[in-house]
Amino acid sequence: MSNAAPAPRGPADRPISPHLEIWRWHITMATSILHRATGLALYAGALILAGWAVALARGPGAFGQYRALLAGPLGQLVLFGLTVSLFYHLANGVRHLWWDAGQGFEPKTADMTGAAAIAFGVVAAIAIWVVAIFGGAAG
Amino acid sequence: MVSYRTPLARARGLGSAKHGAGHWLSERVTSVALVPLSLWAVVAALSLSKTGYDGAVAWLHNPANAVLSVLLLAVGFQHMHAGLRVVVEDYIHTHLNRSVLLLANLFVCVLGASLAIFCILKVAFGPAMIAP
Repeated sequence: MSNAAPAPRGPADRPISPHLEIWRWHITMATSILHRATGLALYAGALILAGWAVALARGPGAFGQYRALLAGPLGQLVLFGLTVSLFYHLANGVRHLWWDAGQGFEPKTADMTGAAAIAFGVVAAIAIWVVAIFGGAAG
Repeated sequence: MVSYRTPLARARGLGSAKHGAGHWLSERVTSVALVPLSLWAVVAALSLSKTGYDGAVAWLHNPANAVLSVLLLAVGFQHMHAGLRVVVEDYIHTHLNRSVLLLANLFVCVLGASLAIFCILKVAFGPAMIAP
């Protein structure tokens, strides 16, 4: 027993998908991670929406405070991030549904639709905010 | 030690829980419903951003807006629950932590959806203006 045998490896030692330290970074991997990240962001967004409904039901005072919070710099930043998340998650979700139909798995197609989903998320969010700001929104 | 159990008895119950397909389908069905609902929500948020309290109350007195809001919340929270459940199951391996997080996910989603839907209906069925 001069050379110690390798320590027994349990489940905790095994690499966890998506094997970030093993795989080369790729757009399909980035879109998968972004899908989860934006999903988590939208989870928080839904709770913000629920808070909006509660504030509205409580009356003009509570609603005014909640609205002021959302209209502040931090609120606007969060809302813009949520808009990007929503549009990205929406586009990538449609991409997933398309995959579920057995389509679009060719590497070139998957790369292209992935880039399109990211671009759509950013461009659509900016477009909506331009409409919101120049359409006379109070925030 | 000799086992007196038959091979069939030992194999029983070791397969999948047989819920996987239902969960997978529920994620897809809710995501299909959320495509139009979330696009409607963006348009709704755009128009609501231009009004204050009275405008928001008047907006919810429109039955279409009230029904679509309730649907968005019900379907959205169900989809969120299914999505976060998969994330927890993928990354949390300690049995206790996983159970606690799965329960918290369920409770937060059910509570959030119930509270928000109740508030939407309260406003939708309530008076148009609150006396000053």
